[in-house]
Amino acid sequence: MRNLRAVYIIWYRDILRFWHDRMRMMGAITMPLLFLFIFGSGLSASMGLNNTAINYIDFMFPGIIGMTVLTSALMGGTSLVWDKEFGFLKEVLVAPVSRASVATGKVLGSATIALIPGLIIMIFAPIIGVDFSVITVLKLLPLMFLLAVSVSSMGILLATRMKSMEAFQMIMQLLMMPMIFLSGVFFPLKGLPAWLNFLTKVNPASYGVAPIREVVLGKDMSAPFSINLFGHTMTLWENVAIVAVFGVVMIALAMWSFSHQE
Amino acid sequence: MTNKAIEVINLVKKYGQLAAVNDISFDVGQGEIFGFLGPNGAGKTTTIKILCTLARPSSGQAAVSGFDVVHQQRQVRESIGLVFQDPSLDEKLSGIQNLRFHAMIYDVPSKVRGQRIEQVLNMVELWDRRNNKVTSYSGGMKRRLELARGLLHNPKVLFLDEPTLGLDPQTRNRIWEYITGLQKREGTTIFLTTHYMDEAEKANRIAIIDNGKIVAIDTPTKLKEMVGKDIITIRTDDNAKAAEEITSRYQLETRADNNELIFEKAGGEEFLPAFIKEFNTEILSISLRRPSLDDVFLKLTGHEIRQEQASGSFKEMAKRFGRNMGH
Repeated sequence: MRNLRAVYIIWYRDILRFWHDRMRMMGAITMPLLFLFIFGSGLSASMGLNNTAINYIDFMFPGIIGMTVLTSALMGGTSLVWDKEFGFLKEVLVAPVSRASVATGKVLGSATIALIPGLIIMIFAPIIGVDFSVITVLKLLPLMFLLAVSVSSMGILLATRMKSMEAFQMIMQLLMMPMIFLSGVFFPLKGLPAWLNFLTKVNPASYGVAPIREVVLGKDMSAPFSINLFGHTMTLWENVAIVAVFGVVMIALAMWSFSHQE
Repeated sequence: MTNKAIEVINLVKKYGQLAAVNDISFDVGQGEIFGFLGPNGAGKTTTIKILCTLARPSSGQAAVSGFDVVHQQRQVRESIGLVFQDPSLDEKLSGIQNLRFHAMIYDVPSKVRGQRIEQVLNMVELWDRRNNKVTSYSGGMKRRLELARGLLHNPKVLFLDEPTLGLDPQTRNRIWEYITGLQKREGTTIFLTTHYMDEAEKANRIAIIDNGKIVAIDTPTKLKEMVGKDIITIRTDDNAKAAEEITSRYQLETRADNNELIFEKAGGEEFLPAFIKEFNTEILSISLRRPSLDDVFLKLTGHEIRQEQASGSFKEMAKRFGRNMGH
């Protein structure tokens, strides 16, 4: 009970801080929107997607949702580095609650906050002519949340090891771009050169983006873009399982790392 | 073990080769105000960190409220309150939001939560400012809020690491009023570190710590009695000659400091009139004072508390520096 309450209050504080500073979110949606409108409009004319009937912008839009969640979730570790820099972390670490509950509260806070820009991006669906129903949104939410929790765990894990904001942001920038570009947001993960194929398959974000695309486009329409792993075509649930396993490993490491820092 | 608030036996904390805390032992009784007095880097903060479970001892034992700081961390954390040397508030939240967070994480029962928060905020006179963001608070107000937060969950032992560092004299007095009031009203045991002598005087007992070792533990009065004698400072037109005269005539040792000669004499007030009359070297100025904790410290360690110790404390200083730079 005590530890659950700690998870809740740590989560709640991060939400509260986010709410005080909600304009920060403009930053989180600017990049995805730029990609969406510039790449979406600019490349639509020249991109033929494996002779499918799908517009490039329809293809890219679910990817952009995934990218938005991923970016925000990865940056969620920032709050932990702030807490270290401004000394608030000591207040938490000396409290009579387990380190695991502190890590969990931080991860859940980061993941919840990461959902919000993802939801805002969806508002642009009608504007760019992508078909979107309330049912789709409801189906997407758990997928987005799972991706957000997994990636947030990675962000928090890295943040526990970082001593300064500068170092954390540099590492995040280094990670973020490859994770986004190699996740199937901008091009289908099909018929790639071997080295690129390998990188996209080891990128956990690929398995987070694919289910979102499947839900938005429908099973049939998205079939040409599904991931092929060792000759096996990945189903939605298999992708989800990979993201979940990645998340469990990351959060376990984050908990461990939390209890082993001076 | 049972009636001691804090018990420390042969505690050592090493960072690499350097022993920040080098084999110290002491205990603190229930309801006592106990002061750790020493220069920066003496090992004060390291000791607090160990007692508050934030650092592990390299060897030795320590118990707070009867709980072992290594094996019963949760129980120790439940029974202590802590005001850190560096700020540890969430400045983006309001005063009351900071306290609510604390009340929740320390499991203050929801029935009394609001009441306790109001009580501690009133005590530090911040109730009117409770809804303001901490960013808008002055340094003294932040310190008071931290003190209120440390008390919110009714700790048995309150740790204060340099509680008045960098505060103006008025705020310092105010904080001391709270501290002594707390001891009287609630019987809270208070463990504090300081390098202000005048503050250390207010503690019931003091441990003087230098280079990771405790050099003396006693009440401020007893410690000053150790020096015992009054301190006489004179300035003459020929200090070398004067020193010789003092030594030969009164068998007293002198010490030169900034063109002045300093020597100690019991019953100095009776001694001075005769001294002035008989002394052959011309005296330009003369003063007498009662021994202070400064003198005790000087006598015990051979150096003054204010000068930074380069050797032995470098690592701790570097750590402090790193933290200020955004560690």
